[in-house]
Amino acid sequence: MSDQPEMIRVEAVSKTFTLHNQGGVHLPVFRDVNFSVRAGEVLVLAGASGAGKSSLLRILYGNYLPSGGRIEIRHDGAMVDIASALPRTILEVRRRTLGFVSQFLRVIPRVSALDIVRDPLLARGVEPAEATERAGTMLARLNLPERLWSLAPATFSGGEQQRVNIARSFVDPSPVMLIDEPTASLDARNRDVVVELIAEARSRGSAIVGIFHDESVRERVATRWLDITHFRAAADAA
Amino acid sequence: MNALVSPNALQGTLRPILSARSVSRYYGERIGCAGVSFDLWPGEVLGIVGESGSGKSTLLRCLSGIDRPDAGEVLFEATPGADFLDIFDLPEQDRRHLMRTAWGIVHQNPRDGLRMDVSAGGNVGERLMDRGDRHYGRIREAATEWLTRVEIEAARIDDRPRQFSGGMQQRLQIARVLVSNPRLVFMDEPTGGLDVSVQARLLDLLRVLVRDLGLAAIIVTHDLAVARLLTDRLIVMKDGRVVEAGLTDQVLDDPQHAYTQLLTSAVLAV
Ligand SMILES: Nc1ncnc2c1ncn2[C@@H]1O[C@H](COP(=O)(O)OP(=O)(O)OP(=O)(O)O)[C@@H](O)[C@H]1O
Ligand SMILES: Nc1ncnc2c1ncn2[C@@H]1O[C@H](COP(=O)(O)OP(=O)(O)OP(=O)(O)O)[C@@H](O)[C@H]1O
Ligand SMILES: [Mg+2]
Ligand SMILES: [Mg+2]
Repeated sequence: MSDQPEMIRVEAVSKTFTLHNQGGVHLPVFRDVNFSVRAGEVLVLAGASGAGKSSLLRILYGNYLPSGGRIEIRHDGAMVDIASALPRTILEVRRRTLGFVSQFLRVIPRVSALDIVRDPLLARGVEPAEATERAGTMLARLNLPERLWSLAPATFSGGEQQRVNIARSFVDPSPVMLIDEPTASLDARNRDVVVELIAEARSRGSAIVGIFHDESVRERVATRWLDITHFRAAADAA
Repeated sequence: MNALVSPNALQGTLRPILSARSVSRYYGERIGCAGVSFDLWPGEVLGIVGESGSGKSTLLRCLSGIDRPDAGEVLFEATPGADFLDIFDLPEQDRRHLMRTAWGIVHQNPRDGLRMDVSAGGNVGERLMDRGDRHYGRIREAATEWLTRVEIEAARIDDRPRQFSGGMQQRLQIARVLVSNPRLVFMDEPTGGLDVSVQARLLDLLRVLVRDLGLAAIIVTHDLAVARLLTDRLIVMKDGRVVEAGLTDQVLDDPQHAYTQLLTSAVLAV
């Protein structure tokens, strides 16, 4: 594994929220987090509820700002510091390198499930016909009934929306994938599909950081663990 | 934060298309906007948010050449690779020409952007004539194509805008703006004053058009859900000044400034 390139390098990353409208209270979450992830690894984040797992993942995506530190992501062969990059650079890194799989699908009015799944392929220049076929294959693997494909997911059940979201994320796995509780409302059969998809992305060389509530999923996908409670203690003591 | 990322988002472009440098405008003693600076890159969609009276429209009017700022400058790259022009250094007539050809301005009230006594086809075709097109058949063909694109039936090409609903008028205004193939589009509350369902349709249309055409756009809105759906970047204004700026989903999900935290917490889910 150590011959694989480092895809993510996190150095001395800290996060403290300041709630200005609640008396300016400071909420230290973690401090001095360091780790790196190579291509083909799955790093699982562990720690109690509220420890800051999701916050750390969002910082890696550029969705939250770190209070300090560097987050380097390998993009086009060079390391880009997400903490200091311009918005347009972050968008470009997201488009081609960095994917985020959240628990919830953000529904866009009037866009069909199939189009939502096709979108990342089109954005990366795949021909429309091929994109449609690959999107359909992915939705079928996740057992989404074909009669739903042409509908906008606003009216879908939680589990159906989640599967559309997963299909969108895995139809063309990004070189770096950040995954936050993707299986929360899935049944065992679809959970197994997600485990397979993660394994496939990994074997294609994706570097993955994930949070999984389900212990069996966690054990099946992890190649390494990081308990962020350890960094929380440092924040509390500061 | 799963907003669809535009494929046109700015690869390979080395220079901003528009640069605002300390733009300020006062109404007597009162600040309209003050010291606003930012760069806009080709293909980028910038949102301007803030509460009523925070200076959003004032700033947009300066950026789009309608009102002259009292201080600061607005630089614009009129064609790819051309030198930056300070738009307020240009003679009035040249600035007007630029506004009609290289830019599009979508007004909140369609009446401000449409000629109400001219047919729908004429409203769209007029912009092509501004650009020097004189071929009637071609103009009518382009007008028909654009009406269809904004989901107005081609059969209504000879109707006047006052025979249209508010949502249709707004879509017609958008067709009139986009037909001349602008490099940069300004929109002030493009979905304001419309029913929620009509808004959703218009928003989806705008989202697709901006993406397919690779437009640069500056959109003023007080609606954070609209900002999330349409924009790449946000600037947040309060009392005429920019208090926070950044990637749209970051500003909305992890706001740093007290005012932005108030603004985002006042909305249930965006
Ligand atoms: N945008 C935000 N603004 C303010 N505080 C936040 C924000 N996001 C998270 N927090 C706080 O940061 C702390 C860590 O939250 P986070 O969601 O990262 O935890 P987690 O480890 O993912 O928990 P869980 O397992 O329950 O999902 C919590 O105290 C949370 O309230
Ligand atoms: N023509 C004018 N004469 C005097 N004051 C003005 C004029 N236009 C705007 N102002 C003032 O400048 C400030 C900024 O107004 P502006 O219209 O830019 O706000 P806005 O953010 O667009 O608000 P809204 O969301 O209500 O449209 C306000 O205090 C307003 O009263
Ligand atoms: Mg979490
Ligand atoms: Mg206004």
